[in-house]
Amino acid sequence: MSDELRELYQEVILEHGKNPRNFHASDDATNEARGNNPLCGDQLVIYLKLDGDKRVVDASFLGKGCAISMASASMMTELLKGRSQDEAQSLFEAFHDMCTGEDNGHELPDDVEKLQVLSGVREFPTRVKCATLPWHTMVAALQGEDEISTE
Amino acid sequence: MTPPNTAQAGTPAYDIDAIRADFPILGRTMHDKPLAFLDSAASAQKPHQVIDAVSAVYETEYANVHRGLYQISEAVTARYEGTRETIRQFINAAHTHEIIYTRNGTESINLVAYSFGRNFLEEGDEVIITELEHHANIVPWQMLRDEKGIVLKVAPITDDGELIMSAFEELLGPKTKLVAVAHMSNVMGTILPIEDIIRRAHAVGAKVLLDGCQSVTHIPVDVQALGCDFYVFSGHKLYGPSGIGVLYGREELLNAMPPFMGGGDMISSVTFEKSTWAKLPHKFEAGTPAIAQAIGLGAAIDYVNGIGLDAIGAHEADLLNYATQKLSSVEGLRIIGTAPNKASVVSFTLDYAHPHDIATIIDRAGVAVRAGHHCAQPLMARMDVPATVRASIGLYNNRSDIDALVAALGDVQELFG
Ligand SMILES: Cc1ncc(COP(=O)(O)O)c(C=O)c1O
Repeated sequence: MSDELRELYQEVILEHGKNPRNFHASDDATNEARGNNPLCGDQLVIYLKLDGDKRVVDASFLGKGCAISMASASMMTELLKGRSQDEAQSLFEAFHDMCTGEDNGHELPDDVEKLQVLSGVREFPTRVKCATLPWHTMVAALQGEDEISTE
Repeated sequence: MTPPNTAQAGTPAYDIDAIRADFPILGRTMHDKPLAFLDSAASAQKPHQVIDAVSAVYETEYANVHRGLYQISEAVTARYEGTRETIRQFINAAHTHEIIYTRNGTESINLVAYSFGRNFLEEGDEVIITELEHHANIVPWQMLRDEKGIVLKVAPITDDGELIMSAFEELLGPKTKLVAVAHMSNVMGTILPIEDIIRRAHAVGAKVLLDGCQSVTHIPVDVQALGCDFYVFSGHKLYGPSGIGVLYGREELLNAMPPFMGGGDMISSVTFEKSTWAKLPHKFEAGTPAIAQAIGLGAAIDYVNGIGLDAIGAHEADLLNYATQKLSSVEGLRIIGTAPNKASVVSFTLDYAHPHDIATIIDRAGVAVRAGHHCAQPLMARMDVPATVRASIGLYNNRSDIDALVAALGDVQELFG
């Protein structure tokens, strides 16, 4: 098996894929959005609860998808809690750059280092969207949109 | 013509190594592994006979068709129109002008939905499809429904992926105007009982459109013996170029139908007050067509005829059996589509890995399959799976391709199992 594959499917990813965190719907979400990947049919819903200061107090998701998208959503919901809307937005930009290998000057803050395990998707252009779908959906939810598609 | 094939399972229907040598791409590697191409149901590879025929057009006789008054234009027009006759024979249509060139099967279905559907169907009329259709045979009818108020009915299938004939019959009635069904499922390989379907549909006065995109490469088709009203397919799945497809329609229907698009080539005369239409088939072929692609499709049909669809069918059936057996012994693997009458396609899921992850992993072992919903999302919902992995077999596949697939699934198990 190739090294790139082992790099992509690290233990942490497989574990999150199998036992996703925050994997449930939410009754008291203030923001929610559905993300579709029309290419593969994957769908997920992101639920966010923001407080009066627009700080994320809770985040969860539901959906069906590959190990990459499930792990990405799982780790994202863990990391969002306690962050402001602006912080969530810049986290998205930094994560996006990491996955696509673009350098737009956004760096992952040290306290979210663990997202680095998803950087293996860079070697798999067709899989980048699997990793970024939950994040695009989260941004859509923050911006008050109901639904987004990646293609 | 090759004699009808009588090969038994295990005895080669033809010299597969010689056939593989006709397909230049099969000599390449993918991620440094021999290419095991198991995605012909999406689009098939091309033999050098087709590649050469297309190059020869551009190198020796390219010009626009139907227009030039000089030698090479006449020559290329003759080849382009001659291919129509090749296609006519291939599906045994009664007339060459019943063969309409389109871009692909999708366009062929849309042509029928626009020209036949918008002119001959009225509010309340019913169109019947099945649960296993490709989006290409769903969406055009939904658009027609939303525009004209027709009723779209969906005939159900069993858990094995077979049409439930009694339920289909119950949907038929005096309001049924069109039955549009796949001859063969692109996801499960199920071959539909089209003779029965056509007989019953005609009994209530409905027309029948067969989506032959998948079946045309595996099963000999005789549109006159079948009695279908429309038959559609794409060139690129039949070892020909992309950009060329076919609509067969019965002459009297095509004559009654108005043009689909207006422009050059489809007119008889034009004044600013009024234009009159060209005769069949050109009435439906506005604008400069896919000239080299059509000629390439002719070369592909000659190639397929040279081997014989019976021999191809026997070879593929043997491989499908082999693949089904081998895959069935993989732990946690579930085959989606287990109808007794099926061809060349095996879709499956693994209970510990998502189809996308499977496809990514086996790609690195040189195995090309498709993973996803295969443009059949309603079928995915019916079978209660988000997606499947689909391995599909073409005339050039061999047991090594299947072995490579099964071995690569071992890598999936190693990571995920
Ligand atoms: C059953 C079926 N119908 C229609 C189509 C559409 O073919 P095309 O994309 O060539 O128009 C396909 C191809 O994927 C198919 O398998």
